[in-house]
Amino acid sequence: MNIENTLFGVYPYVALTTFLLGSLIRFDREQYTWKADSSQLFEKEQLRKGSILFHIGILALFFGHFAGLVTPHTVFLGLGISDMAHQIIAISLGAVFGLLCMMGGVILWRRRMFNPRVRANSRFMDIFILDWILVTLAVGLITIVFSIMHVIDGDASTMVALADWVQSILTLNPDYHLLDNVGFIYKLHLFLGMSVFFLFPFSRLVHVWSAPLGYMFRPYQLVRTKFVKSR
Amino acid sequence: MKVRANFSLVFNLDKCIGCHTCSVTCKNVWTNRKGVEYAWFNNVESKPGIGYPKNWEDQEQWNGGWELVDGQLQLKSGNRRTILKNIFQNPNMPTIDDYYEPFTYDYAHLQNAPLSEATPTAQPRSLIDGRRMEKIEWGPNWEDDLGGPFKHRGEDQNFRNMEKQVFAEFEQSFLMYLPRMCNHCANPSCVAACPSGSLYKREEDGIVLVDQDKCRSWRMCISACPYKKMFYNWESGKAEKCTGCYPRVESGLPTVCSESCVGRIRYNGVMLYDADRISELASVENEQDLYQAQLDLFLDPNDPEVIAQAKADGIPDSWLEAAQRSPIYKLIKDWKVAFPLHPEFRTLPMVWYVPPLSPVQSQIDQGNLETSPDGAIPKVEDLRMPIKYLANMFTAGKEEPVVLALKRMIAMRSFYRSLNVENKTDLAVLEEVGLSEQQVREMYRYMAIANYEDRFVIPTSHEELRQEDFHSFQGQNGFTFGNDGCSISPEASLFPDRRKKTEDILQFVRYHPAAKRSDGEKV
Repeated sequence: MNIENTLFGVYPYVALTTFLLGSLIRFDREQYTWKADSSQLFEKEQLRKGSILFHIGILALFFGHFAGLVTPHTVFLGLGISDMAHQIIAISLGAVFGLLCMMGGVILWRRRMFNPRVRANSRFMDIFILDWILVTLAVGLITIVFSIMHVIDGDASTMVALADWVQSILTLNPDYHLLDNVGFIYKLHLFLGMSVFFLFPFSRLVHVWSAPLGYMFRPYQLVRTKFVKSR
Repeated sequence: MKVRANFSLVFNLDKCIGCHTCSVTCKNVWTNRKGVEYAWFNNVESKPGIGYPKNWEDQEQWNGGWELVDGQLQLKSGNRRTILKNIFQNPNMPTIDDYYEPFTYDYAHLQNAPLSEATPTAQPRSLIDGRRMEKIEWGPNWEDDLGGPFKHRGEDQNFRNMEKQVFAEFEQSFLMYLPRMCNHCANPSCVAACPSGSLYKREEDGIVLVDQDKCRSWRMCISACPYKKMFYNWESGKAEKCTGCYPRVESGLPTVCSESCVGRIRYNGVMLYDADRISELASVENEQDLYQAQLDLFLDPNDPEVIAQAKADGIPDSWLEAAQRSPIYKLIKDWKVAFPLHPEFRTLPMVWYVPPLSPVQSQIDQGNLETSPDGAIPKVEDLRMPIKYLANMFTAGKEEPVVLALKRMIAMRSFYRSLNVENKTDLAVLEEVGLSEQQVREMYRYMAIANYEDRFVIPTSHEELRQEDFHSFQGQNGFTFGNDGCSISPEASLFPDRRKKTEDILQFVRYHPAAKRSDGEKV
């Protein structure tokens, strides 16, 4: 057993399985706990500033990572996006939304830690998951510095390696050797990021699954009947 | 026509003494729990006053209820897109200080304090964060009996279009009590605003409930309810509301607040209405027509056509019979002495109010006021409480219906005074207000005597009709096979605990037949 294989060959599956199965089990057995757990009743102004920035940032980051890492290399090339262009787009969008998310996250963190009402009614996991996301985000922002140096050196190999590794995981063909030449800071970000998925079903993050898009297409009024038809 | 029955209430404010028994019994039954200490499913406000939560009636501040946009009903808090856009933070949501910071006292200190010269005191402590509170600055009934300066309670929205400063004078001040609970509206804005669809109205009795398993704490209902009767449980992170005491009502018992009302002001009964006309009538152009619109929404339970349609729509005979004997129908439709609270919110509330007369006795004794010919009963115009104020509360400002209701109540008193004091039947006072002797005798029975069985005409729910095949549930009531309430759906679970369904929990979601989408399309 070696640590690289454990962290980047096995742990991704532990995290993803926990994420999916954990979410399913919690939804099935503990739906009463399935909620965004808003604390807006206690404090409104900081939440308004922090929550909007944080959510815009983190949603953009999620979809950005997803598109950038999961889209097969050949598709990007087919679209005429060179690796270097891809990397520059990733750096700029990542920096913009990462900073937005960080600004919002810090506002939310200060609110959670120092507003006496919010603090008193925070569960351990509420604080822990916010801390974890912010650390992940901070490390992610630091990687931008290294990525910029890669751009200056005309080197896109790290980005390509990361995408290949993610795709090797998702295609059930894990190859941790793909990360052999990837810097430590990226690996730290990978570990922290995978752990967010691991922690997901045990935290308030489960509300993400319930994004109520169906509301757009629903009639205003809902009526339920107790009547049970025979079968 | 689609006939639907609604469990409805009327509060006779003329007899409310502001004792808060309704609030206290309700709290003891429903909200004596962590997370909802601040919540009062039922509360009693002193009016004029800004109420609970502060200034709830001002929809320019809270954006609750509905408004007309190009003739179509739309939530005042915005269309669907706006509501989803605001999901990260709800700009219209009240915070805890708009209600009040719930508190307890350090009672243990009274026993544990060391021996001292001064008597130990129990100081207040916040139930939110446990901090010592130096001073309690607001509560659920802070303005009790006109407490506080007029400057503050004069913010009351019902003073709109009035020269309110005169009522700041002690000699001109007036007071009424306003008990409030969920109105179990026919066009509830809380249901319409819920992004996850956890709120619903019950087909059988119209009670509006929150599916606690489906609530995701998006908190749009809290602000969408113009009466601010949706509450956020900060411990569970779920919305909670008045349940209409449905476990009691299903058994034919009145709600706790109604049962315990010492003034006998609360009436419980069934109203039939036409669900097909909800959106049409809730969107009449002039808000002063909304009172009449809702009167038109109600159906006459003695009309053969209504009866036939009600049976076709599955309304049980006992409910039809209860609707025919409904005290609510008599007060609202027969005598027209009850009114909806703020019909201009367009939610079609199902809790109505008989407006209060106001005392003028000492003025009459001093000969300052004109009275009706009997020399004892005051005229409506002389009442202490300005009609405009009541009209702003109950008819969006239209005074005539309120005046008629008050005149009828005065006529009833006048008639009975003649009968009891002078031993004569004075039909003249009745003619003036369009009541027959039989009607006024019935009004007297319901409004003055208010016997239990007249106030509460509540048919039981028909559990035996719940199953299309009623044998399928024989001998199983109360038994389940474990963790029944929550699973992905009643049909699917990761851990199926039985082989075949025996009883289905409440699950069939049917859409409101009269509901319209915001884009105006009929669903």
